[in-house]
Amino acid sequence: MLDSNAFDLRKYISRNPQSMAVWVALATLILFGLLRYDNFSGAYNISSFLNYNSMFIIISVGMSFVIMTGGIDLSVGSVAAFTSVIAAYLSPHGIEIALPLAVLAGVAFGGLNAFFIIVLRIPPFIATLATMLGAKGGALVISGANTIAVDWGSNFTKMGMEKIYNILPWSIVVVGIVVIALWFLLEKTSLGRTVLAIGGGEDASMLMGLKVNRAKAFVYLLSGGCAGLAGVILASGFGAGQPLEGIGWELTAIASVVVGGTLLTGGLGSVPATVAGALLLGLVFNILNFENGLGTITISAYWQMVIRGGFLFAVILFQARVMSRNKRKGRVA
Amino acid sequence: MSTQSYVSGSSQPIFNWKKVLKNHGGLVALVVILGFNILVTPNFLQLQTLFVNISQVATIAIVAMGMTLVIATGGIDLSVGAIMALAGAIAPLIFQSEFGQMYPALGVALAIGFPLLVAMACGLFNGVLVSVLKVQPIIATLILFISGRGIAQVLTNGNLQTFKNPNFSYLGTGKILGLPFQGWLAIAIACVLFWIISRTIFGRYVLAIGGNERAATLSGGPVRRVKIAVYIICGALSGLAGLIVVAINSASDAARNGDLMELDAIAAAVVGGALLQGGRAPIFGAILGAVIIQLVKYTLLANGVEDEVALIAKALIIVAAVYIQQARKE
Repeated sequence: MLDSNAFDLRKYISRNPQSMAVWVALATLILFGLLRYDNFSGAYNISSFLNYNSMFIIISVGMSFVIMTGGIDLSVGSVAAFTSVIAAYLSPHGIEIALPLAVLAGVAFGGLNAFFIIVLRIPPFIATLATMLGAKGGALVISGANTIAVDWGSNFTKMGMEKIYNILPWSIVVVGIVVIALWFLLEKTSLGRTVLAIGGGEDASMLMGLKVNRAKAFVYLLSGGCAGLAGVILASGFGAGQPLEGIGWELTAIASVVVGGTLLTGGLGSVPATVAGALLLGLVFNILNFENGLGTITISAYWQMVIRGGFLFAVILFQARVMSRNKRKGRVA
Repeated sequence: MSTQSYVSGSSQPIFNWKKVLKNHGGLVALVVILGFNILVTPNFLQLQTLFVNISQVATIAIVAMGMTLVIATGGIDLSVGAIMALAGAIAPLIFQSEFGQMYPALGVALAIGFPLLVAMACGLFNGVLVSVLKVQPIIATLILFISGRGIAQVLTNGNLQTFKNPNFSYLGTGKILGLPFQGWLAIAIACVLFWIISRTIFGRYVLAIGGNERAATLSGGPVRRVKIAVYIICGALSGLAGLIVVAINSASDAARNGDLMELDAIAAAVVGGALLQGGRAPIFGAILGAVIIQLVKYTLLANGVEDEVALIAKALIIVAAVYIQQARKE
């Protein structure tokens, strides 16, 4: 017998068969990039890639918790836009004030979602749609529909602009720490197991005496907080609060989660695979940019959306096949 | 099922406000908004106001009716706005092509027919993913939501296509008996769909699937085909709405056509009484919902309320409508 705490690749794969595709695809794309482009492994490309995608990694991981319970959170993009404005307003007080308060604002929107869903029993799709509109409207109201410049004198822009050894942006360091903590939380705590159990069967979980409502509230608060953090990175990296940003972020996040193999019916999911999904989608654009740079092809920005949709399609086909195979084997997925 | 509990022997109030609000919340809301506008909004009771609102509401209503059918089967279609953009981008490409210039009549006919076919193909794609591959509707339609608008922008290189084509523009600017053509079109579509839902076997299956898909399958219903058909109808109606928007503007902008329409359509369907769990298809309710959504927009705009606040108002309407529904169910 293997020590259950040791990381066992085979066990991981057998537990998350649909996650395999994303690791293979990610490895293939990285290899392709390394072989084809000179500057692909350059410090500039790696750091700007990680910096930009740190926002999508964090909202995707937050989203994956929501989806594991069988829910959905459409409000993350608007909430990030809202908190980017909050963070920009608070930037003169430094990152140590702006970051927690902006994240708290995100958590508050998560609380609104949780209230709609758990207390008013409104379906997550509709509840978070309403919050999305509300947060978007709120962001425009508090900013007067203008971008809000941050205070360059404080240490606020450090998070989104400064890098350790010129390669590791602070944003990805912070996001990385949060993601690892959430990974641990999902795999090793009773709260994490409850999250997965709810997606497997909400009624059964409740009958088993699990604290279903508490776990559901937690995932929406978490997703809101993650969106809040993404908003801080946005404001810090671009030097301004962006009330108009965030459109379509929820879809990128959902796509990353799906690409990472989390089942949309809930009950199954993996934090690292979600991160891989987010990296994969980001890498597609990175490679497209390099291709355009080589001049061999010119792919307009409009193709990016088409390719993104195509990726999602491919993964969904793959998931559907794995699911039906599992069903034939009589395994409950 | 409405389960109002009547305690035997207790006297019923003659006018039960709660009941009226639960069962006719949409109509009550409409009356309130109209009353508010008549009192407050300057120049509300003018023919011009009516024209503006009808021409705007028709596209929302047409898409919302398709959405209502999809929701009736327990599904959802996020791709409606993207399909609008796609259909709207293709039409000018056809009637402005050399062929379209040479044979103007045929060009316009093709410019309407072909985009509708493409829109139906999009619906077929959604329907197959949902009913054959069993992908959740929200994800299945997410694919086209993301890439459909991209395809439209690739086709047009992201350019705004402007044109002068009175025949095609009739779709959006024509008038019958003094009222906008698309308003009549929306009503005609509503009558046809209402007949289909209430009088045909297909219609019964749509409701049966939403009521209990497993039961419908076990009783031998053509569940797959019906679900695919519903998405095709929704696709076709979205395509039509996309053409109308292009015709109104005499210009096609793939980036903006149908943007956020999925929200308006879902909101209109829900306000009109569609249950997200499926099993109900209030077609005329969808029109009522569309009118309410449009009137709220108009009211706020006409009274100088900023767009952003209007968004918050829309959010509140959606939550309130679903909450009232939820109460009705329980």
